Amino acid sequence: MSALLHQTLSGLATGGIYASVALALVMVYRATRHLNFAQGEMATFSTYIALTLIQAGVPYWAAFALTVVLSFALGVALERLLLRRMAQAPGLSAVGVSIGLLLIFNALSGWLFGYTVKQFPSPFEGRSGGVLGGLVSGHELGMTAVTVVLLLLVYGFFRFTRLGLAMRAAAGNAESSRLVGIDVGWTLAIGWGMAASLGAVAGMMVAPLVFLDPNMMSGVLLYAFAGALLGGIDNPFGAAVGGFAVGVIENLGGAYIVGTELKLTLALVIIAAVLVLRPAGLFGRAVVVRV
Amino acid sequence: MPALLEVRGLTAGYGAGEVLHGIDIDVASGGVTALLGANGAGKTTTLRAICGMLQRRGEIRFDGARIDAAATQAITRRGIAHVPDGRGTFTDLTVEENLRLGAYVRRDGGVAADIAAMFEHFPVLRARLRQTAGLLSGGEQQMLAIARALLSRPRLLLLDEPSFGLAPLVVQQIFAILRRIRAEWNISILLVEQDASLALDFADHACILDAGRIALAGPAATVGRDEQVRRVYLGY
Amino acid sequence: MSRLAAVGVAVLLIAPAFVLSGYHLFQTTMLAVYALAILGLDLVTGTTGQVSLGHGAFYAIGAYVTAILMASFNWPYWATLPVAGAVCAALGFAIGLPALRLRGPYLALVTLALAAAVPQILRAKALETWTGGAQGIVLSGPEVPALLPLSADQFLYLFVLAIAALLFLAAHLLLRGRIRRAMAAIRDHPLAAEAAGIDVAAIKTRAFAISALFTGIAGSLGALVVQFVAPDSFEVMLSIALFVGLVVGGTGSLPGAVAGAGFVLFVPNLSELVSKSAPGVVYGVLLVAALFVMPSGAAGALRRLVASRRRARPDTA
Repeated sequence: MSALLHQTLSGLATGGIYASVALALVMVYRATRHLNFAQGEMATFSTYIALTLIQAGVPYWAAFALTVVLSFALGVALERLLLRRMAQAPGLSAVGVSIGLLLIFNALSGWLFGYTVKQFPSPFEGRSGGVLGGLVSGHELGMTAVTVVLLLLVYGFFRFTRLGLAMRAAAGNAESSRLVGIDVGWTLAIGWGMAASLGAVAGMMVAPLVFLDPNMMSGVLLYAFAGALLGGIDNPFGAAVGGFAVGVIENLGGAYIVGTELKLTLALVIIAAVLVLRPAGLFGRAVVVRV
Repeated sequence: MPALLEVRGLTAGYGAGEVLHGIDIDVASGGVTALLGANGAGKTTTLRAICGMLQRRGEIRFDGARIDAAATQAITRRGIAHVPDGRGTFTDLTVEENLRLGAYVRRDGGVAADIAAMFEHFPVLRARLRQTAGLLSGGEQQMLAIARALLSRPRLLLLDEPSFGLAPLVVQQIFAILRRIRAEWNISILLVEQDASLALDFADHACILDAGRIALAGPAATVGRDEQVRRVYLGY
Repeated sequence: MSRLAAVGVAVLLIAPAFVLSGYHLFQTTMLAVYALAILGLDLVTGTTGQVSLGHGAFYAIGAYVTAILMASFNWPYWATLPVAGAVCAALGFAIGLPALRLRGPYLALVTLALAAAVPQILRAKALETWTGGAQGIVLSGPEVPALLPLSADQFLYLFVLAIAALLFLAAHLLLRGRIRRAMAAIRDHPLAAEAAGIDVAAIKTRAFAISALFTGIAGSLGALVVQFVAPDSFEVMLSIALFVGLVVGGTGSLPGAVAGAGFVLFVPNLSELVSKSAPGVVYGVLLVAALFVMPSGAAGALRRLVASRRRARPDTA
């Protein structure tokens, strides 16, 4: 029983990572109708930036904040310089560009920071013996707290701020948004920036568990896709819930059903199952257009 | 007095197809200009071109300044509000959020008071405040669209067929409110309308658009009295 | 004249068997294999506008079907090809069915997950008896029929060439007639196609199944050429490489598939001379550049695209 509880809690902890990346994917998807396949590799690259800062002597949380800001700038720059030109392009081009970015960031990570697997520090290492009676590690608890706070911040931003409202408006109806004076292009860029920041936090939080290498986030990205789809690819709230759910499913499934060697197959099974059973996802409001 | 909006030689269209072939329109400061014509004459295209929603050539001056190269959001910021064809409701946001978006360009403290004023004119919006706007009826959405446009405190309001698809009683109600707000807030209006008699009654100036060209322009009363115009262009 | 050209092309295609040898002949053989794999991908992406990021999985499955049938069941090499094709077509149908009835990037998503899952499945302990787990399977190459005065490498090249030519011809015929128009209609005007009574989902799913079949047979041939299959050769990167090859070579064009194969085969080798991360950068940059500079790829499918657009909507004039 305690093993089951342990697996569930630990699943929720990684689920927070999936939820953050899923939310990043959904934010970009809602605004552009395109999936950013490079989201994971961008996050890995951000995590390398954080490690470089920490190794240069910057205190952990300062490096954390700086990385979030730099990632935001990176996301904004990519949208402004590259993706904006692809806004009207067909699906193939949009997927192509994001695959191109995936390859470039993956190679850049390896080229600039090396292919050897690196340790990444955790800010919650003090109680390494575990908390809650040894059920979860200090880092797992800390990273769950960070991701939950992050998700609440994003929720508050969209719900209560003027810019957040403008971004929701622009994602739903770009033409009317321009008519009320919103610069839709900039909301897209800011959305990309926020998505990159979310990914960066996810990367920094997961790196102490899985260690840092250029392919660190490729599995996470798939689970995040599965989570986003499960919750509803058009629904940020659903994506977050879906991310947590996938974390738990992955952990329990890995522990009791398929074993760790087939964990990625679980992502395929979830994605396929959602497409077959409930394409709009658990919380998808809009009915998916059938064509 | 120079016109608030001056359009000269406006050419516009969609992709390769040109819809407007060089038209001139004026809206006087404090005045209402009605833009009339058959379906497909280019009325909606004219409004969209003024707002920079499609490719256009020609000269557009607002309050003396050229706006023909400006982006839509910049034009809104200058004080032109557009109630578009199809109303442009943010269907997945609430009525309140729609109204707040209307005031998006404003940084002054008067927004709350103006929203309250809108509730005076459109009480139904207050009742539906927390509802998803997409669930409103057509008439309610039209009221929301007008309120949303007015909340930017425009000097010029572009109205694209506010009567479209609405019951006559609702149309009367909406035009009565428009008359009041126009007087209160001193707003100039460029009105596109299918219902020519309604429009000519509301406007003080009228232009008739025929296949992308201005066929006739003049005081609303004169245009409305012209037998031939009525028969050929207005159909009543 | 065109008959003369056909003979010229045939001579040009057969010549490598007798001009090249060793590693060069092997590479030319692989060029044909990859061209076929990319052609398969093109059958779905170029014609329906849907993107698959998982054709490496079909390639892998095709390769493993051949390897397992030969190693565990002693099948003759040639008999494994239809089975590999059928298995991949069935899997493509099963994967495509739920994803393709929806509009949106779902096919890309589910195929990417497939590409990630397949190497893991191939490594799985439960299947080790057949797949050889992480070690993979070593094969012996096809034997040269006794009557032919050819070396093993020459025969292999000609065999691959024959199968590839056959399938290219099939694709050419498939892409010419009514099906091509239906597919182009689906790509450019899905709603209108639906309204015109085309069962869009069914046609897309069939296209995807055929596409998986082509790439599966390519994988099968690849296994015969390399004579070794292992999960490491079929990671997600293979799927991405095929996709990059397709885009850079040009979608919707048969020569484009060959150009793309050349890209997939030679660019990593060349750029790896620079550094380990160079292939990734080169792939990524060229992919993005290709999409910006020549959105229809090296093969100049632009003209074709414009022409088909014009034919597809005469009413906008």
